Amino acid sequence: MARVAVQTAPFDVATELAALATGRHDVGGIGSFIGTVRDTAGGRQITAMTLEHYPGMTERALADIVAEAGRRWPLLGVTVIHRVGRLVPGEGIVLVLAASAHRAAALAATGFLIDWLKTRAPFWKREHFADGSTAWVEARAEDDAAAASWATTSRAES
Amino acid sequence: MAELRILYFAWLRERVGRAEETLALPTGITTVAALREHLIARGPAYAALAEPTVRVAINQAMAGPATAVGPGDEVAFFPPVTGG
Repeated sequence: MARVAVQTAPFDVATELAALATGRHDVGGIGSFIGTVRDTAGGRQITAMTLEHYPGMTERALADIVAEAGRRWPLLGVTVIHRVGRLVPGEGIVLVLAASAHRAAALAATGFLIDWLKTRAPFWKREHFADGSTAWVEARAEDDAAAASWATTSRAES
Repeated sequence: MAELRILYFAWLRERVGRAEETLALPTGITTVAALREHLIARGPAYAALAEPTVRVAINQAMAGPATAVGPGDEVAFFPPVTGG
């Protein structure tokens, strides 16, 4: 029921939605999150972003996060696609889809998946600025807080 | 021979100056904390490992200072993750 992919190629949201729901009549809702590349960081113009990852551990970490979501909510399907390599502003970086019979589980699981992914999956972003300089993105305390908030959240009711 | 495969990612890879290396596991090194100290003592290139934010994974699972390290393990050092 889960599709996890780490790829350089773009993802197509309509294709992924169809893969999750076509031919099924038990799905009542699909939550989605699409992360995209912003063109500024800290007030500076960004021309591109490079994403590095830890092959092997990345796929394992994503599978673990998806499995945890499946323990917390009654999910009928999950898709997590994360891109790596060089991306330019406007491009999609990450796609999270969570299907369930009801919206509460679908939406909550989607939020959980992206929050945990941001703090547990081994990806690192490097920003490229207009003047040719680059900088590794620093982890944000807000992301840790968002991920931690789920640790104490009780299991959602179906 | 008791060897470890050590990987470095992101700015740690740049500061250490390599993406990976093989290390003969020194006698007495049995934990992540001890391995980290051992590497830092090897020279200035490894100073980045002393940064408090550095994370460690053993065999592709997150590890803490007390996590056991043994022959054949894959040990990775990296900064806090920033995907998503």
